Amino acid sequence: MNKQKLVVVGNGMAGIRTVEELLKLAPDLYDITVFGAEPHGNYNRILLSPVLAGEMTLPDIVLNDFDWYRDHGITLHVGKKVTRIDRTRRQVIAEDGTTEDYDRLLLATGSVPFILPVPGSDLPGVIAYRDIADTETMVAAAASHRHAVVIGAGLLGLEAANGLKLRGMEVTIVHLADWIMERQLDRTAADMLQASLEARGLRFLLGKQTEALLEKNGRVGAVRLKDGIEIAADLVVMAAGIRPNTALAESAKLHCHRGIVVNDTMQTYDPRIYAVGECVNHRGTVYGLVAPLFEQAKVCANHLAHFGIARYGGSSVSTKLKVTGIDVFSAGEFMGGTDTEEIVLHDKAGGVYKKLVIDGEKLVGAVLIGDTADGAWYFRLIKDDAPISDLRDRLMFGEHSLGDVGHAGGHNAAAMPDTAEVCGCNGVCKGTIVKAIREQGLFTLEEVRKHTKASSSCGSCTGLVEQILASTVGGAYKPATTGDKPLCGCTERTHAEVRRAIREQKLLSIPAAMAFLEWQTPNGCASCRPALNYYLISTWPHEAEDDPQSRFINERAHANIQRDGSYSVVPRMWGGVTNPAELRRIADVAEKYKIPTVKCTGGARIDLLGVKKEDLPGVWKDLGMPSGHAYGKSIRTVKTCVGNEHCRFGTQASMGMGIELEKMLFAMWAPHKVKLAVSGCPRNCAEAGIKDVGIIGVDSGWELHVAGNGGIRTEVAQFLCKVGSAEEVKEVTGAFLQLYREEGYYLERTVHFVQRVGMDYVKSRVLEDKEGRRALHERLLYSLRGLPDPWAERTDGPAKREFVPLKLIA
Amino acid sequence: MNDWNDLCALEDIPRLGSRVVETDKGRLAVFRTADDRVFALNDRCPHKGGALSQGIVAGNRVTCPMHAWLIDLEKGEAVAPDHGCVKRHEARIEDGRVLLRLN
Repeated sequence: MNKQKLVVVGNGMAGIRTVEELLKLAPDLYDITVFGAEPHGNYNRILLSPVLAGEMTLPDIVLNDFDWYRDHGITLHVGKKVTRIDRTRRQVIAEDGTTEDYDRLLLATGSVPFILPVPGSDLPGVIAYRDIADTETMVAAAASHRHAVVIGAGLLGLEAANGLKLRGMEVTIVHLADWIMERQLDRTAADMLQASLEARGLRFLLGKQTEALLEKNGRVGAVRLKDGIEIAADLVVMAAGIRPNTALAESAKLHCHRGIVVNDTMQTYDPRIYAVGECVNHRGTVYGLVAPLFEQAKVCANHLAHFGIARYGGSSVSTKLKVTGIDVFSAGEFMGGTDTEEIVLHDKAGGVYKKLVIDGEKLVGAVLIGDTADGAWYFRLIKDDAPISDLRDRLMFGEHSLGDVGHAGGHNAAAMPDTAEVCGCNGVCKGTIVKAIREQGLFTLEEVRKHTKASSSCGSCTGLVEQILASTVGGAYKPATTGDKPLCGCTERTHAEVRRAIREQKLLSIPAAMAFLEWQTPNGCASCRPALNYYLISTWPHEAEDDPQSRFINERAHANIQRDGSYSVVPRMWGGVTNPAELRRIADVAEKYKIPTVKCTGGARIDLLGVKKEDLPGVWKDLGMPSGHAYGKSIRTVKTCVGNEHCRFGTQASMGMGIELEKMLFAMWAPHKVKLAVSGCPRNCAEAGIKDVGIIGVDSGWELHVAGNGGIRTEVAQFLCKVGSAEEVKEVTGAFLQLYREEGYYLERTVHFVQRVGMDYVKSRVLEDKEGRRALHERLLYSLRGLPDPWAERTDGPAKREFVPLKLIA
Repeated sequence: MNDWNDLCALEDIPRLGSRVVETDKGRLAVFRTADDRVFALNDRCPHKGGALSQGIVAGNRVTCPMHAWLIDLEKGEAVAPDHGCVKRHEARIEDGRVLLRLN
């Protein structure tokens, strides 16, 4: 059978990215042919500026060389401009007569620079700044001429001006608006940027309109402005904007309106023709940055591969760039207005300006000059629509002000040497990450994690890795967000969508959920299966099927796997309280099974380390104690101080309260681990301030604090309420944890859950709505009712398959 | 030992799961996929020696429980971008029994 034919018009970043995504999904579906007007393979257009500035060479910026096309069996026509589409015969015809048939056509024709319609704009020496040829013209002009004029002080114009200046030309920038980069910067930021560019020798003429370009010796010689001023110019670079390149589509009578109009699947009005990239108008917006194009490419590839489930809903965009060593970042509604508030830090002498625009509880925009280290973080907050009231007092000081460990407190990637360790878990240095990004052509955080392992373990260096990525690939970088990210590579669905479907459709097993949600892999992967399993059993307790094969080994074996393949065993000691009989049994077990290490855990329990897997059932049986669940995304421990039974300062019976809570929560699975502590007085010896739920006894009752964390990033728990009785402590604690169990995303700790939904929401559900609180608590108790002790269940017989190795007898 | 040996009944290995097999050449892991194919590998991840038998099986791959390397069960190779391979052995099913031949 003949394969279908896919023809791609446009050999740039959007078109080829779509082909790459398509090859990932359906490598053998199409015979692919690519037309490119330029005589090159696909290159990174954003990096033309470093090439112009002499910081990189052309080979450095190639993304796909000719070998790549050959290795993937792609027919490549370079230097051939497609001039006609015959939609009836389904053919494209190039300038030189080359004709190709298509079953599906992808238009990725990009954009064309806007050339001012002024006299002289066709003179030699007048160019746009768009491709390798323009860059080469500029490099050549700089070698033999002196005066350059750049028209337009947008991002591209400033980069061109900077490059020409570095190559020794006298550069003047003419701009129509009153300040530079008016679409990305407010006036203060623009003035600062302009001042530092002027200090480096660039000249600006703002609020000026170009009237004509004047000839001298057969090429351009000067620029005349409306107010009569004439400026010498041997080279004029038009950087006054770009327009979607729709000429080909229009000639084929495809519907165009400021771009080729596409729907959410990137399909044009001709169902056989798709379009992506800068040439496209999606819901009225034309995107000129690379990050949205990559999102479009992914969606388009999904439909070309006949998967038919992805949808492009538009993108939020941010700008991050570097002009002559000055970092600039802007995102969202950065101008602010009468309805918004602003937090501003302005150190004029130090060259730092930061403005954060806040609307109610949300961050809606940001402009940063000089120090853009936190740009990715602000962008994430803007995109996630995250409530920031709790962060407000620290917001200006950046993500690192929230506390981090594992990379020596480093927070400014640009200032780090290549030898500096970025990821303390996997020992990855900055240089290794930069090298991988450059050599492997990486664009996303996920790709960097896969290739280098940086930030793939505890994740505390994620911000740093994002910064390195942003500074290495420039504007092509798109920060990851939590809210709209698919659960894993097996699906396009987000955690929220999966949770909702399981609830609304009453899905009771992983195969049922995967079928309904149109999973793209037959049995998912090690990321989505545990998440699905948790969502099923937490949404439909006692009804949904708990699949042991979809649980991480620790939860399947009910013990914690160690680096040598042995396991650790932590028996349950309610509230951390034990007795001589238990201790004697633990000692006996340790000797009988030759357990090499016995130590106390951070949760005040006893840990037996180095147990062989086949010994686990015997160890549990001999201990005669319930599982401590020290291995699960589950209730771990309730740590207690001794309280008023012994302590002369104690005001409440903290041990008793801890034991009651721990018994109430026994065998509770959760999105992530859950730790509690109960202290008997405000001296807080149980360290309740860094627990998921921390309870502190005071003379008149109990204070409840939630969403603390002692791990990767220390987070102090937030005060939730004060109650008088033990019953209320249990009800509020139970309701809060059930809310987290029902609405948290898998592997999201309570601190991140509360950051995402906001403390006000938690209070409204757990405090203000008393009926709702009781109902939450009831649902928790119902879920946990009758849950067996997993160890007792496995001490003999049924779980043999898991614990006993087979022997091969020859 | 280079002959086919009877190991166990197919039902002794959980679907999308595995069993550890002790042999005089060391520990192996025998995996069973969702569509009832069986594969045998040495029970050591090429990365840092993690027990592959303890990983999550999906499709024809297992994820090592130590650092989440993905190992292709058919090829015995790490899935890109990681590099490494683990020794394979032959396994097949006959009349509901799993047969194994060591390489």
